[in-house]
Amino acid sequence: MQEQATLLELRQLAVEYGIGERAVRAVDVVDLEIRAAETVGLAGESGCGKSTIANAAMQILRPPARIVGGSVLFQGEDLTTKSREELRRFRWRNVSMVFQSAMNALNPVMRVGDQFVDMMRAHERVSRRHSLAAAGELLELVGIDRSRVRAYPHELSGGMRQRVIIAMALALNPELVILDEPTTALDVVVQREILQQVKELQRELRFAVLFITHDLSLLLEVADRIAIMYAGEIVETASGERLAANPQHPYTQGLLASFPPLRGPLTRLTGIPGSPPDLAAPPSGCRFHPRCPHCRPEQGELYLRQTTERPRLRTTEPGHAVACHLVEAGGPE
Amino acid sequence: MTVAAPLEVVGLAKRFPVGRGLLRRSQVHAVDDVSFALRPGTITALVGESGSGKSTVARLIAHLHDPTAGSVLFDGGDVSRVHRRRDVLRYRSQVQMIFQDPFGSLNPVKTVRHHIERPLRIHGIVPRRQVEERVLELLRTVGLVPAEHLAGKYPHELSGGQRQRVAIARVLAVEPKVVIADEPTSMLDVSIRIGILNLMLRLKEERGIAFLYVTHDLSAARYIADEILVMYAGQIVERGPVEDVLAEPLHPYTRLLLESVPDPANRLVEQPIQQRRGGSAAAVDPPEGCRFAPRCPLAIDVCSRVSPVLVEVGGEQAARCHVTAPPREAVHAGV
Repeated sequence: MQEQATLLELRQLAVEYGIGERAVRAVDVVDLEIRAAETVGLAGESGCGKSTIANAAMQILRPPARIVGGSVLFQGEDLTTKSREELRRFRWRNVSMVFQSAMNALNPVMRVGDQFVDMMRAHERVSRRHSLAAAGELLELVGIDRSRVRAYPHELSGGMRQRVIIAMALALNPELVILDEPTTALDVVVQREILQQVKELQRELRFAVLFITHDLSLLLEVADRIAIMYAGEIVETASGERLAANPQHPYTQGLLASFPPLRGPLTRLTGIPGSPPDLAAPPSGCRFHPRCPHCRPEQGELYLRQTTERPRLRTTEPGHAVACHLVEAGGPE
Repeated sequence: MTVAAPLEVVGLAKRFPVGRGLLRRSQVHAVDDVSFALRPGTITALVGESGSGKSTVARLIAHLHDPTAGSVLFDGGDVSRVHRRRDVLRYRSQVQMIFQDPFGSLNPVKTVRHHIERPLRIHGIVPRRQVEERVLELLRTVGLVPAEHLAGKYPHELSGGQRQRVAIARVLAVEPKVVIADEPTSMLDVSIRIGILNLMLRLKEERGIAFLYVTHDLSAARYIADEILVMYAGQIVERGPVEDVLAEPLHPYTRLLLESVPDPANRLVEQPIQQRRGGSAAAVDPPEGCRFAPRCPLAIDVCSRVSPVLVEVGGEQAARCHVTAPPREAVHAGV
């Protein structure tokens, strides 16, 4: 694949909720890069910081959340230094976002078409008639009849409302669309239809996607590259194919082993013992060590490092990076 | 299978009125002609999309709704006609329910101990002096160790997975024969779901509990269930041993469901965009004919005119489809 220009770049990003003693580091030094027209997946469990990253990229973090370190660059410009008005123009036009419950974000007493008109006219000097026509075309793009511009949200099913939101996110032709659990509230059949549509639209319109979900099996299907998050940090990044074939971080391995297969032989799975840590008091050393099957006191020096020293993300092969003491020490057997 | 079924559902139906209108109210046929049996030491998965009626079936069995038609048979009696408080209580001690949201079903100001003691006392399961001992034993059974330490905790001090384990320990306290688990893992993190599924498997094997596992997750259903029931728009459209049904699904809806499950081995391909109809709306004032027909790639003329019935196709697998499981006239002429 031809190397594309970098669109969004998070550099050493750190985000905290609250101040002083009680501050919680939701994102603890993360680097992430998204290039034009590619799909990057961000996977992790609830509370790992993946949505905070999305909000930081859109610059919609609200107190008590704040960026305490690093930068968010979009096409080389640091968003953290932009004014309110500059950011207002930037959202929707350059980067748009679809939330998990976005289908409930539609105004219930306004026709769908009028909501497109409002949004478009807040960004561009276009006539009402012109934006209504555009709304009709966008609806058709996501498989909804254009006559539905006259519908109220309650007249549409959940899946259709989610498609309306996706159409709206594409209205100003952004370079990047952030999808934060876009289909989690929907049934698998509807989920698949919507994701296929997004793929098709992406091929036509060439936008990049940051896809955030807890469902790693879904990301393996849709993403070009995947970053796995645990307790506020990225612990592994690789292409989807590589991650599925050769996961190196014990957390990634555990996550992959948490999805029972739908076909083929069936064995008793173990999942991952314990539960994700409280970020107000994260474990020392490697944050995954209390749940890690490869972390045992009898390993002496390695155990000491696992419990006291934070592993850094290191490239093991081109395009594959892992933050794990075991990998540095020659890899888990 | 010859083991007697402790719980059997026969021709169960539930309709809810919807919308306004004085003369003609629409009705959702939320559950329509549903029959199955739950056997000891067997997990039966009930799968379908939201609005397919699977949770309504669970609630009908738990005696939280009265059926419009049909019956729930337990120990030979028709439970759906029982309304005396004492009898309902007795039934509920035998047929327990686990809900999706473990936080919503626990009292935030009471300790874990309290939640498990209560059913032990109300139903007089063990003599008073043995209550504490039994509480700790139940906590150990569901993997909440050290039990002495966890018994004193409040729900907010526990993780989601631990809360669901408390809910399960509470259910086990009354030594039920049947447990209805309605999406017990869908609100839990991926890495801890398996733990709850393994616990259900163990309880099935060690205690011979008959489980009805309501879920939308086909992979999880395959992992723990013996039998599967697939619901669409209020009806069971396919049933059978889970491996048979998933290996060779008969009903076009089961096939669609299977194709839709994310599968890393099978990357998503772009699809021409098309409009879709059907879904749960198919259960509102359903006309004669197959409810899946408007979405069905195999639909033929008869599908929109005649409602198909569940027909057994070899072994224990059955489907409600004119095309893949054509009715045999002789057998069903009188139905």
